[in-house]
Amino acid sequence: MIRIEQLNKKFKKLEALNGINAVFNNGEVVALIGPNGSGKTTLIKSLLGLVRPDSGIIEVNGMPVSNEPGYRSQIGYMPQIGRYPDNMKVGQLFRMMEDIRPCQHGKPDTELLDAFQLTSIFEKPMRTLSGGTRQKVSAALAFYFDPAILVLDEPTAGLDPLSAELLKRKILQEKKKNKLILITSHILSDLDDLITHILYIQEGQLQFLKSLQELRKQTGEEKISRIIAYLMQKYSGEQNEKSNLAISNDGSIIIK
Amino acid sequence: MQVTRYVLYDILKSKVILAYTLFLFLVSFSLFQLEEDGGKAILSLLTIVLLVTPLISMVFSTIHYYNSYEFMELMLSQPLGRTRILLSEYAGAALSLLAAFLLGVGIPILFFAADSTGFALLFTGTALTLIFTSIAFLAAVCSRDKARGIGIALLIWFYFALIYDGLLMMLLFSFSDYPMEKFTLLLSALNPVDLARIFIMLQLDVKCPHGLYWCCLPGFLWQHCWHRVYSRHYANLDIHSPISGSTSL
Repeated sequence: MIRIEQLNKKFKKLEALNGINAVFNNGEVVALIGPNGSGKTTLIKSLLGLVRPDSGIIEVNGMPVSNEPGYRSQIGYMPQIGRYPDNMKVGQLFRMMEDIRPCQHGKPDTELLDAFQLTSIFEKPMRTLSGGTRQKVSAALAFYFDPAILVLDEPTAGLDPLSAELLKRKILQEKKKNKLILITSHILSDLDDLITHILYIQEGQLQFLKSLQELRKQTGEEKISRIIAYLMQKYSGEQNEKSNLAISNDGSIIIK
Repeated sequence: MQVTRYVLYDILKSKVILAYTLFLFLVSFSLFQLEEDGGKAILSLLTIVLLVTPLISMVFSTIHYYNSYEFMELMLSQPLGRTRILLSEYAGAALSLLAAFLLGVGIPILFFAADSTGFALLFTGTALTLIFTSIAFLAAVCSRDKARGIGIALLIWFYFALIYDGLLMMLLFSFSDYPMEKFTLLLSALNPVDLARIFIMLQLDVKCPHGLYWCCLPGFLWQHCWHRVYSRHYANLDIHSPISGSTSL
């Protein structure tokens, strides 16, 4: 369970997060959705302690994020852009992670490792890997320690369709284990049968955090892309009348 | 500890440390071969240690810090504290530089000058390595940009190794009519390279068996050594020394 209270973060003049309040429970799969630069990644990074918030409280399973790094053993994190030591080989990377972070359930979860056939490139240095393969390594690492909370930042961006499908299947499987999963994604069609909740964030402000059923009822739409298009239009329409971009009813963007 | 191991592994793989060890070994070995008098060889070695050790420590540590940015980022999302990660990075860099210095300079000293002066030189080299590695980390943390970070590190080295002494000399000469000795003592105590130089000079001149003990009493040491510097300076220039009447010295 994650509890966020009055979270604020400023980067110089830019207000990246502005008074965020949210509670995520186990068993939920929450999609963090918002335009580019709306503060999604900053929110995730402050959850992991990679960004230090200016004020506010974050609690992971009752433990405040600020003092002890121990809570991170319950989180598996897949970054948007995975950066790894250039000279380290893929196999070494996994061995090192095992070394510094003992597995909670004895054996590591190698399912994704096998599905992506990463064992065959264990001898390759990280710097020679393509962007997509790096993503696969990041994904496999996030699931490797079977953590209770998974934080996936743009998990399917850059993956080929087959790998994206494999990853989605893995996420579904973990969802059944009553884990809390946070996903940010711009590829809304990828989220369709995965998520249970949507958190919509814009310019650092939380617009809503609602369950999918509730949103379906509210908007009368079935598909997530339609729901989001409807709501985005509503919110950005209110905030920015001058914009000459709008979202048509079928979810595509039109120029007025 | 585990993290330090991986940092060390990464450093040893890059062979820079190996080259540094070899360089130090060759220089000190040939100096001992060239000079008949052990004391003279130590003096020449001192000059090299005072210039090279800080320079290599600074440049190597700064580059190492920037190269392990990704590694630190990766570690930060794991259940490890920031202090621990940074300390592991420091320990890795400092330990490998220290090992290089102690092997490269230590082995020739053990063979040719295994006396208190030789060990004092090893001690100062160790201290300089640790000090300048820390300063390099500070310089690296101050700036995200690699080029700027290395620039800052080099500037700090220039400052401590060359500019500082020049400034001190300038100050000394332009205010030579005033009783400046205490003030300049204080100023040169702020430069680790000067401290190291004076410590070895004392060893060579006095052959004091309690050299290490003396170093713990910097005030006394400074007075002692600056008295020497002063008296030599004024003896050479044949001017009336403004401190000759001072009873405290």
